[in-house]
Amino acid sequence: MLGFMMVIIKRDLLLIARQPADFLNPLVFFVLVVAMFPLGVSPESALLSQMAAGVIWVAAMLATLLSLELLFKHDHQDGSLEQLLLAPYPNWSLVLAKVCVHWLVSGLPLILLSPIMAMMLFLPYDAVPALMLSLMLGTPTLSLLGAIGAALVTGVRGGGMLLTLLILPLYVPVIIFGASCVAAAVLGMPISAYLALLAALLIFALMITPWAASAALKL
Amino acid sequence: MNNDKWRMPKWFHQMGSPKWFYEFAGPLQLWFALAAFILLSMGIAWGVAFAPADYQQGNSFRILYVHVPAAILSQSVFLAMAVAGAIGLIWKMKVAFMVARSCIAIGASFTAIALITGAIWGKPTWGAYWVWDARLTSTLILLFLYAGVMALNQAITERNTAGKATAILAIVGSINIPIIKYSVEWWNTLHQSSTFSLTQKPSMPAEMYLPLLLTVIGSYCLFAFVLLVRTRNQILQTQTQTSWLQQHPDVTGT
Repeated sequence: MLGFMMVIIKRDLLLIARQPADFLNPLVFFVLVVAMFPLGVSPESALLSQMAAGVIWVAAMLATLLSLELLFKHDHQDGSLEQLLLAPYPNWSLVLAKVCVHWLVSGLPLILLSPIMAMMLFLPYDAVPALMLSLMLGTPTLSLLGAIGAALVTGVRGGGMLLTLLILPLYVPVIIFGASCVAAAVLGMPISAYLALLAALLIFALMITPWAASAALKL
Repeated sequence: MNNDKWRMPKWFHQMGSPKWFYEFAGPLQLWFALAAFILLSMGIAWGVAFAPADYQQGNSFRILYVHVPAAILSQSVFLAMAVAGAIGLIWKMKVAFMVARSCIAIGASFTAIALITGAIWGKPTWGAYWVWDARLTSTLILLFLYAGVMALNQAITERNTAGKATAILAIVGSINIPIIKYSVEWWNTLHQSSTFSLTQKPSMPAEMYLPLLLTVIGSYCLFAFVLLVRTRNQILQTQTQTSWLQQHPDVTGT
């Protein structure tokens, strides 16, 4: 089964490497959204540094949602998804492998970009590790929860908009704890409680979502 | 292997038959309608006209008799929807999917009523239509969840697939509701010191509390009534090709 997952991960990474636009566009979107806030609100550093945590988290969430639409779409369109579901391995392992790839190409680059974005929004340097740690624990949860939505809207017309409607309310706990973690770090307060909660959400999502998403794929 | 322990009673499986459900729900919905009418009219009349005015809020508190039942129902209906969806997925009952589908609009309406009456009540008591209080926020997110379920249900044209997809989303949503609730509560206490707390109500005297009890039970009956009517309508829509329905007195008019 691990071998099966590794094969899927390699295959999907190769496919994405051949079509880099699919994963680069959400990243550009992330940078653009963050850059809009100083233009829309105010370029003053005092105001921006207060907003930075929330803005980066919301932008990361939107970028994740944008790339989620493609999670099963290409495989569904060319018919390979059906074949993969028929493979003699549990379907949740397929979902888990897909989510791994999604996180590697969307969550991980977001984490690596986040210090630059933090600098642009004048987030205090002391809070940058907290931002990266919270994104590290939070973005996999976003990918996992999003997999349910992506599986549900596979084969539905206008699935992208629908996906956003289904999944955004479920993201509320992640964004609250993620942004609060950074806010606490700005104030110099301990952040371990927030990280523990984010980790708990991640473990819980890891337990439930592969099962739910594979049930949704088999509809 | 002896599976008798896990066998569901006969009536449970009979519910899965559209014909049986249609016949069973017909008289039942009348009783729920009657109970809802009596309880709601009694409760609202008592609450609005006869209950004493609040010593702080005066007469404005009387919207409570609409607001609180709607708020309670908004969550109960989501749970009912998830349970019906789970039954549909486990026992492959199409009627259960119809019940879940009927729940969506009812629950969304109750949530909207709770939010709107809350806003109207908030203006005289808090001085603002909306505050980012924990309960308000989580109710708003509940409305978004209903909107998502509704959008998904309407986007999939094949009814059985739509039923299954809705059921999965409803189950995931109902697992998430407590997590959302607690995260919002914590976020709220962190970000702003709440000047108004809904949770620390002064204990109510009986003449205020009893009408509320009547309206809450009456609202549950109203929900059951509307649910049965809507589910029966769906049975009528989907079973047009079956012989039992074509010969049914409701259809032939005899």
